[in-house]
Amino acid sequence: MEKIYMDNAATTRVTEPVLEAMLPYFCGTFGNPSSIHGFGREAKKALDNARAQVARAMNAEPAEIYFTGCGTESDNWAVRGAAYANIKKGKHLITSQIEHHALINTCGQLEKEGFEVTYLPVDEFGRVDMDALEKAIRPDTTLISVMTANNEVGTIQPIAEIGRIAHEHGVLFHTDAVQAIGSVKIDVKAMNIDMLSLSGHKFHAPKGVGALYVRKGVRLQRLIYGGEQERGQRAGTENMASIVGLGKAIELATENIDAHNAQVSAVRDRLIDRILAEIPYCRLNGHRTDRLPGNCNVSFQFIEGESMLLGLDMQGIAASTGSACASGSLDPSHVLLAMGLPHEIAHGSIRLSVNEENTLEQADKVVDALKQVVDRLRGLSPLYDDFLASQK
Amino acid sequence: MNYTEQVMDHFMNPRNVGEIENASGVGTVGNAKCGDIMKIYIKVEDNVITDVKFKTFGCGAAIATSSKATEMVKGMTIDEALTVTNKMVAEALGGLPPVKIHCSVLAEEALHAAIQDYKDKLARGEDPDATPSVEPEEIQYV
Repeated sequence: MEKIYMDNAATTRVTEPVLEAMLPYFCGTFGNPSSIHGFGREAKKALDNARAQVARAMNAEPAEIYFTGCGTESDNWAVRGAAYANIKKGKHLITSQIEHHALINTCGQLEKEGFEVTYLPVDEFGRVDMDALEKAIRPDTTLISVMTANNEVGTIQPIAEIGRIAHEHGVLFHTDAVQAIGSVKIDVKAMNIDMLSLSGHKFHAPKGVGALYVRKGVRLQRLIYGGEQERGQRAGTENMASIVGLGKAIELATENIDAHNAQVSAVRDRLIDRILAEIPYCRLNGHRTDRLPGNCNVSFQFIEGESMLLGLDMQGIAASTGSACASGSLDPSHVLLAMGLPHEIAHGSIRLSVNEENTLEQADKVVDALKQVVDRLRGLSPLYDDFLASQK
Repeated sequence: MNYTEQVMDHFMNPRNVGEIENASGVGTVGNAKCGDIMKIYIKVEDNVITDVKFKTFGCGAAIATSSKATEMVKGMTIDEALTVTNKMVAEALGGLPPVKIHCSVLAEEALHAAIQDYKDKLARGEDPDATPSVEPEEIQYV
């Protein structure tokens, strides 16, 4: 049985060129970049190179890039760091209702610590309400944090517009670009972005490495105290091999972004078009065009997402019920609920996330399998019986 | 979170799927908002559950526990069936992840509701097989 991986929004594999770039930094070039000697200098050179690669990918300066342990750490640092660094100005933050838990739960903790947070609503496609954003800004607002693209439904937010509004009001703007890097072109200068979080494993670098862009002049309180690594802002000996992998991976992702996006969106469109045409009583979640090239999120009525996932898994197909971080929770996705989906529809949602390694043939196999799975589960569902009876 | 082989077997090959026409009792529990609805039909002859069927909207564990519970009570007397607990169903499946224990509770509740429906009909002096079961009003269908 051919295994088909369509959960690239959860994580991606480390590709061979990335692994090849990393390998020297385990056994051979093992120096600590903080050391003065030759071993250290060699490592430092690789660290500087990776920093420059990340900076180039978003039109930033190398000195504005800080390596972290993951996207979640970057989000925690940006939001907590900005909240506490600007506490004299105020204790009000603005974010959206559809952020990743890395952001939502950080804001929840800040609320416990005495900050106020406004969670902006979204429309039925998952786009942040821009009127609500303007109205939410107060004299004591210090930070707006809105994700570049949503991880579950793939909706791309108007971040250049949000950045402009933030700066007009003298408010800092952070964006969680974890899901967007490699798919959405980012220019931190043109888009007025003050801080940007990214995570390596979403674009073929290994897990356990991320980065935070911090515009020159923006002050953040530290999250991790210790040595003087990352210009004294993020202590801890650098995860050298992974950082080198992150640099290589982001370079490859941004170099090939147009070709990859064309290829990926063709596979995604095959999924979306065939599912909507061939499976009754389903709906596409997210925006039809303002969405990540690899994201397909669909709700199927009368059945539940986890059982669909298991059914697909039995056929060797890896998908997700939205956010893998939410599995183990019984509540439907907070993103789908914020978009106005009723609970019972939100429960029946799955996400297929494509990257450039998936093919049209795989998309066809997935849709064929999905049709069987949906048919079988509807045959088990009392909701479907009642629906059919009501149609007579 | 991992399911046992028994859970996966009952999920992929559920036993006793369907409906029973002129059922002696029907039990429906759960609601669509929470993502689980179980509907269990029983046929009772001489106080013995001679047939049992189910329909379930829900996750893998919900489908597997419905299937296992129906398999366990088929052929039991009403009183024997009432001693089947959610814990017994979960154990018979080799265990459930903690977050899914509530699925086995639903299976027990659906079974008990079906038996109660049968008993209520008898108490009202009705022929259980000839009287349609009353659907609980709080069940919200899509």
